[in-house]
Amino acid sequence: MSHADAHALHPPTSTGLDTRKLAIWTFIGSECLFFASLISTYLVYHGKSLVGPLPHDASQCLLDGRMQECEAVFEIPLVTFGTAVLLFSSFFVVMALNGAQTGNRKKLIGWLSATVIGGLFFVGMQVYEFYHFYHKGLGYTTNLFSASFYTLTGFHGTHVTLGVIWLATVLVLAIRGKLPPEKAMNLELAALYWHFVDVVWIVIFPVVYLMR
Amino acid sequence: MATSALEHVHAPAAPKTGLWSWITTVDHKRIGILYGASAFAFLLIGGLEALLIRWQLRIPENNFLSAETYNQLFTMHGTTMIFLGVMPLSAMFFNYLIPLMIGARDVAFPRLNAFSYWVFILGGLFMNFSFLVNAAPNAGWFGYANLTSKQFSPGLNVDFWVIGLQILGIASLAAAVNFLVTIVNFRAPGMKMMRMPMFVWMSLITQVLLLLAFPVITVALVFLMLDRVFGTGFYVPAVGGDPILWQHLFWIFGHPEVYILILPPFGIVSEILPVFSRKPLFGYAAMVFSGTFIAFLGFGVWSHHMFATGMGPVADSVFSLTTMLIAVPTGVKIFNWIGTIWGGSLQMKTPMYFALGFIALFIIGGLSGVMHASPPADLQQTDTYFVVAHFHYVLFGGSIFALLAGAYYWWPKMFGYMLDEGIGKLHFWVAFISMNLTFFPMHFVGLHGMPRRTYTYPAGLGFDWLNMLQTIGSLILGVSFLIFLWNIIRSYRGRAANPAPADPWNGATLEWSIPSPPQEWNFAELPEVHGRDPLWDLKRARGGPLPEPPLVSGQGIHLPNPSYWPAVTAIGVGVVLIGFMAGGVVVNLIGVAILFFGAFRWAFEPAG
Repeated sequence: MSHADAHALHPPTSTGLDTRKLAIWTFIGSECLFFASLISTYLVYHGKSLVGPLPHDASQCLLDGRMQECEAVFEIPLVTFGTAVLLFSSFFVVMALNGAQTGNRKKLIGWLSATVIGGLFFVGMQVYEFYHFYHKGLGYTTNLFSASFYTLTGFHGTHVTLGVIWLATVLVLAIRGKLPPEKAMNLELAALYWHFVDVVWIVIFPVVYLMR
Repeated sequence: MATSALEHVHAPAAPKTGLWSWITTVDHKRIGILYGASAFAFLLIGGLEALLIRWQLRIPENNFLSAETYNQLFTMHGTTMIFLGVMPLSAMFFNYLIPLMIGARDVAFPRLNAFSYWVFILGGLFMNFSFLVNAAPNAGWFGYANLTSKQFSPGLNVDFWVIGLQILGIASLAAAVNFLVTIVNFRAPGMKMMRMPMFVWMSLITQVLLLLAFPVITVALVFLMLDRVFGTGFYVPAVGGDPILWQHLFWIFGHPEVYILILPPFGIVSEILPVFSRKPLFGYAAMVFSGTFIAFLGFGVWSHHMFATGMGPVADSVFSLTTMLIAVPTGVKIFNWIGTIWGGSLQMKTPMYFALGFIALFIIGGLSGVMHASPPADLQQTDTYFVVAHFHYVLFGGSIFALLAGAYYWWPKMFGYMLDEGIGKLHFWVAFISMNLTFFPMHFVGLHGMPRRTYTYPAGLGFDWLNMLQTIGSLILGVSFLIFLWNIIRSYRGRAANPAPADPWNGATLEWSIPSPPQEWNFAELPEVHGRDPLWDLKRARGGPLPEPPLVSGQGIHLPNPSYWPAVTAIGVGVVLIGFMAGGVVVNLIGVAILFFGAFRWAFEPAG
């Protein structure tokens, strides 16, 4: 009893699971439906655009005020590289977490920095991609493909950005020496979210970029 | 035992008072009361809107309301009752009761809980603010595309609706994470999942529904907002978009939503019936599994709202079958409730009246619901008053009656005084009779072909007098709420003569083991649970009622610190979204700044 009193705020949980970790998992479950709705919409409108530009094929599109032949917008090599960087950053954050749990500060800070840089690279890749597509004539409201593509990948990019801010905040804590092993959960929560953002991209990449 | 030393050594701590203590509170009981008071106010506003609608329809070709005002009133009536009335009233019970019933000192994330409330109240006020600028939403509570498109709704009306609902969705999602984690992780020692009170079970299932259904409507609303603000064509046929996509996304949310509205009331009734029948709940496991099955199937029936769109025989058949199937677990529940009262020693107190009224009225609504499962029948009923009759029987006769039952049952626990039994029973009979007077004729009017959402009707179609009857019924129904208010005020004035003991009803669940109202920390000593009816077990072992629990000083009990950062963060959320409607990207960015500032201060302040 006195034990429970002493730990009134953080009593031993009924399941033994960490409460914050359970909350993140619950939130991720909810996010799955969020992205499922966005991806379904992209698929429903796949091939339904009335004008170009289109993702994989040349098409007729309105560019510079007149209808003309437009090239396909996607450039698979660039996004493949970005995908690889994002996936590797998931590995980096696992190494960083190991560093945090074992009290290896160098390992923690090094790998966590790499994770943040990887995330930033991915966001930068996406900004470059959007900019590039826009100049190929693919504005936000150009056609159904552009609206559903920018909305889906834009929301994913926003998630990556939030993940980067979260991880960077933890990195600052780590550099200030405020992430001892007993507080490694602070990194693990961000890492769980980061893995989820990666997993969503693993679905988006083939569905959006590879599937014709 | 540490706690025996706690008692009597210090004087009981006086509860904190004042406006600031409410703004910064992270106590689940206070947040519950905030939810309850706000939701009841919204419920009265929604009721007033209904009365205006009925006053317009009392005679044919009436010009009391213009068509436009009428559109605004039925849209806001539906939206208010669902999102600002019934859902937050359930949230009041989640907040107040879940920690008490599972033997916890608070929810898992007290500040997140406060955040949910502040986001909710912001969304509710924002949506109703639209009346002041004469731009209340007017496209119906399910806002079908392309009524809602910029082309056909150029005003701010639909923007208020889209942004208001998104704000409210954030509140629901945050609360759902919180309650799910609380139920799974904060149970008292010995309270296994299959020992949880049925209300807690139904709450848990509701949180899962909220978590899985709200993201879908969020996406649907985001598309609509993008269509309106930036000119995308998600729901615009001219560029190849499909308005039916809105219907699918909306009802994938919308059907689980009806179970979000009814499962917590199911839980409330499942608590009340055993206590007033002096029998344990009949078929506990069947109740749990039927609730789970309803939630699961609830995601597979959405297209029965869309038979009129012409989905083809295969889709029609599948959704018809799943809809008929979902009546089975619902029927299981009804039989279990009847099994609970069967042969019981019935204590006919006001909560029991409302709970029994709930069963009767919900069955009527359930039966007309099954009729909608048949596509050919449904085609005759779609958009007529028959549908209106159906969902008022399940929502008013079902949800609201159960919520009123819960209000009478837990009022003594929440406020420390008993509500008057005589006025309570008067309240029940007036509500029960007028409810049927209002909504039963709608079945006939609907089958006669009177369409819903049309501001007037010509004379001589055979339902003039029925409409008058409904209006009379609705006015009496309005009076029933005044009787409830009268009961609250009168009982409050006489509270000295009628203090509530800890356990006024001979309850079975843990909330009745602590003083009424509970102290800030709920349980001075965390209880241990050995069965499904922990308090009855204790009383049986003792051979009589338990002694009145003493008030303790609370010295040494660690509680979370109050915080205003949840409220600040909530304001940030609101400002971000309102920027999409007014002020543009500058307002968005100000909102993001407030949001991040609030969230960071929240994350780095000492939680207590």
